[in-house]
Formats: sequence, C-alpha cells, structure tokens
Amino acid sequence: MNTPPETPTGPLDGNAAGGILGDLFAIEITAATLICEGCGAFAQVGAASVYGGRMGVILRCRDCGKAMLRMARTRAGLRLDMRGARSLVVDIAHA
Amino acid sequence: MPATDGPAPLPRRLQWHIAEIADIIVETPRVKSLVLTLPDWSGHMAGQHVDVRLTAEDGYQAQRSYSIASAPEASQVALTVERIEEGEVSPYLTQDVRVGDRFEIRGPIGGYFVWTAAMDGPLFLIAGGSGIVPLMAMLRHRAAANGKTPATLLYSSRTYDDIIYRAELEGLAAQDKSLKVTHTLTRKQPSGWKGFARRIDREMLQDTGFPPDARPRIFICGPTPFVETAAGILFDFGHGRHLIKTERFGPTGG
Repeated sequence: MNTPPETPTGPLDGNAAGGILGDLFAIEITAATLICEGCGAFAQVGAASVYGGRMGVILRCRDCGKAMLRMARTRAGLRLDMRGARSLVVDIAHA
Repeated sequence: MPATDGPAPLPRRLQWHIAEIADIIVETPRVKSLVLTLPDWSGHMAGQHVDVRLTAEDGYQAQRSYSIASAPEASQVALTVERIEEGEVSPYLTQDVRVGDRFEIRGPIGGYFVWTAAMDGPLFLIAGGSGIVPLMAMLRHRAAANGKTPATLLYSSRTYDDIIYRAELEGLAAQDKSLKVTHTLTRKQPSGWKGFARRIDREMLQDTGFPPDARPRIFICGPTPFVETAAGILFDFGHGRHLIKTERFGPTGG
C-alpha cells in the first residue's frame, strides 16, 4: 500500500486516508460506514474513492461520485468538511 | 457519580513512535523487508498499514504508507518496501538504511482491508507485485492461527526473480493442503515454467478462485489497473460487493 501519490493518478481506496483521518478520530474510522447524501449508498470509509496527496484527501462515493468527506491540513489546523455525507455510523463496540 | 462508573476511556488517536531497525531481509533485487523494534506497539491485524515519516536535517519531512508484512502473532513488526526509482522514501528504506537506524512510524491503520482467522468462508487473495505484502500478513496469520478454511493466492509478478516471499509461499503451500498458491509471470518466464504466463484475466480468475455461492472473502491488492480488472471481473461473476475488498496503490507512491 502506498500513500496517495503526489501526482494524482486516479483514486485510491478509502483505506489510504486512514492516516490523516487518524489525526482527528480516536477510533479506527476506515471501518465506519459513510452514507452518501447524493444517492443514499452506504459503504465503509475504507471502500470509498480517495483523491488527494500530502495536504489532504477527498473521499468520493463509489456509486455516484459525490464528494462526501474532505479533510485537509491547513495553516489553521485540521479541517474536516462532511458536506455530502448524510451520516457517519460507527460500530463503537468493535471500533 | 464516581468517575470510575463512566464509560471506558476512548482509545487515543494515532501517535508517532520511534521504530528501530532490528533486521533487514533482502526479498528481491528491488524489495527489502525491515524488521522493527517498536517498544509501544499496540498490536495489529493482518492487512493493516502504517505511516512512515522521515525528517531531513533541514526539517523537510516525507511521509509514506507501507503495509505490515508480519503476522499479528510475530514477535516483531516487519514492513516490506519496494524501491520506486523516483520515490523520496523507498530508495532510502531499501538502499540506505542500516540495522540500528531509526525513523518515525504511526499505526496500525485501517479497519477495512483486514482479515482474521476467525472470519468464516474461504479466502481468495489476489496480488499484483508488491501488493502481496498485506496478503502475506494474512497468510502468515492464517498459518500461525492454524486456520483451516480453504485459501487461494493468485499472485502476478513480472519475472520469477520479482516474486516476493517465493520460498516461504512454497513452504506454506507444501505444509497445508487447504492452501493453494498460483503464480502468473507477465514479462518473462524461466524455462519449464508451469504457472500462468499472462496478465490476470477472466479465465484465470475462474480457474483459480471460488464460485460465488461459496461466498469467499476476496482481497485484491496491487496497482490500480490490476485491482480494477480483478475486482470488475469478480463482480461480474456475481461475488457480493461487500465481500470484495480492494487496496489500490498508485505507480508513484514511493
């Protein structure tokens, strides 16, 4: 497995965003379920399409392509934007 | 209410730790495994990865992700790294590092592309090149846990010399009748080669894999086109989408 490459070469799997998401979330978030606001599809974060590089990532729905989650390292700090996701469901007993 | 009656404390988010190289194993001309001493390691599951961070003297930092190659049962964590010629991190990790060197690491990361021996159903692993690494952790875990569910590995490499863990895979398959290892060599084959000699395709996946009604858990790891080809064919065969897990890596990760 490799980090999202510096030169975008197409999406990776949501699993590749585990590191940057781990900067914020205390639990393993790639096993959580993300529900797309665009089409209602639900899938594990690890199965979403990931675009990005060193500065941050965008997770897109594999079904409709809608951007569901963006996370970036900015000068002000970590910035999480979840417009595009209906909800994030975490099985806390197994997280 | 006393504080002790509250919910269990949540785990802490990912922290950077110092790893020290305890051993270096040459796997192929372009691939090495780094065996690490990690004092605060929390344990991992087969299929997870770590982030590695290197800091230059001028403060410049480079960070990459590498799959864990070792089984959870192993006493030390091992990463397997392929040298990417234009890479920033992999040339250092495959050429320059020596036993005793240190770098920063955080993990384990990933709860999606993981397999444990407690999971039911046959296991179908499909690897392209260094995509074998997280799948090897699964096979090592399966052997350590004495897993009995049928398992098949289909492993695509360019040449015979590029096959990572070749001898160990032979040994695992020889001692376990429920494990089948099939190779395909896409670029060059040694004389008398009995394996496949082409890129993965429909017929190859049909011949080596399990039928959809066996509900195998499928893990595919490799370059993006490899993963998309394999996943697309298996989806067409009728394997449930939630049973097909993929991990793509880009060609310029290193």
